[in-house]
Amino acid sequence: MSIRHGLLTLLDQQPMYGYQLRLEFEASTGSTWPLNVGQVYTTLARLERDGLVEAVDGEQESQRPYRITDAGRAEVKAWFATPVSRENPPRDELAIKLALAVNTPGIDVHAVIQAQRTATVQALQQYTRLKNTSDDDLSWLLVIDSLIFAAEAEVRWLDHCETRLARHRVRPSRPAVPADTTDTADTAVRR
Amino acid sequence: MTHPVLRLREVTRVHGKGDAEVHALCGVSLTVAPGELIAVMGPSGSGKSTLLNLAGGLDSPTTGEVLVEDVVLGGLSRRELAQLRRRSIGYVFQDLNLIPGLTAAENVMLPRELDGVPARTARAEAVAGLAQVDMAELADRFPDDMSGGQQQRVAIARALVGDRRLVLADEPTGALDSETGEAVLRLLRGRCDAGAAGVLVTHEARHAGWADRVVLLRDGVMIDETHPPPAVESLLADNSS
Repeated sequence: MSIRHGLLTLLDQQPMYGYQLRLEFEASTGSTWPLNVGQVYTTLARLERDGLVEAVDGEQESQRPYRITDAGRAEVKAWFATPVSRENPPRDELAIKLALAVNTPGIDVHAVIQAQRTATVQALQQYTRLKNTSDDDLSWLLVIDSLIFAAEAEVRWLDHCETRLARHRVRPSRPAVPADTTDTADTAVRR
Repeated sequence: MTHPVLRLREVTRVHGKGDAEVHALCGVSLTVAPGELIAVMGPSGSGKSTLLNLAGGLDSPTTGEVLVEDVVLGGLSRRELAQLRRRSIGYVFQDLNLIPGLTAAENVMLPRELDGVPARTARAEAVAGLAQVDMAELADRFPDDMSGGQQQRVAIARALVGDRRLVLADEPTGALDSETGEAVLRLLRGRCDAGAAGVLVTHEARHAGWADRVVLLRDGVMIDETHPPPAVESLLADNSS
């Protein structure tokens, strides 16, 4: 759970206020995953409940910095020592879309693949430009590289899907309709 | 509008005849302006390398026209074509073709000397070109005494020496590791930003990401093309609210 451990790791360096944590988290991930202040405070409350952080007595009751506890430090250590789990993979909309597309009459799977590939290559171009224009911030470069490699993997997978489809040729093709007109009033009525 | 450096007009390349006829490229049109880097992507056999060979005057189209700086390549004599290739076009291939018996500087000088440029001038140009790829200090080293990445830099310096406005690269990162490969692409990008026109053939999407436009080829046909990318920020959507 990345926000929880992210905040905990930042607090391991020094005690911080909630708004500081938000800024620091965003700075180290290049603002790729913006946090809202609500998420930060909810997470801090849970961390406090679990005994991993504690509020430091400050000048005012409403704004208090948090510091990490010994249990929290142990949690940070354990987090870095444990590989991120690949169990329960996050729902992948594209994989689901293609899996359904091959079994949905009237959907041109090739068109779906092609449109996605173009969009993903375009995203790759944007990430690369971002990388090319950004300064030498190591954390941010690592994050953007991760986005680039993931997009590249998606393009390779789409190429692979296309080859697999060509080999498979499951069913005789039906007249295809453009993918974006499937949810017409006509089909809605029949439901 | 600035004049395009490279234009392919409805270019078709057919190999063989009759039943053995293979359409390596079918009716492909492409324009590359100064400052532009175009990536051509596609699986093996999609016509990527054919496109590059036609663009570089190393092969001629069955039908259609190839223009480099407004000159129709098909209208040139062999001698004129060789001269244009030497003067206007730089090639970076997968196997670098550096001559092992020549130093880095001599490799870079070679095309200019063949072109009749005096050795002193050619040498000065070569050293300047090597400096642009951070290789000035290795100017007198032989290819065998350089790493793969360094050799690749020399090959790029050679491809760009003189006043060449068109750079053609075929999988220029070859077997380089990803970090060195990225440096090579950064270099190519930089040269295009400085005014050259570039065509990069690659099967790796990550490399195509460096281009202004990406052209997708399948079975000799251009099936899609990305548009010049919109503002970078649009991709990192603000979902904090």
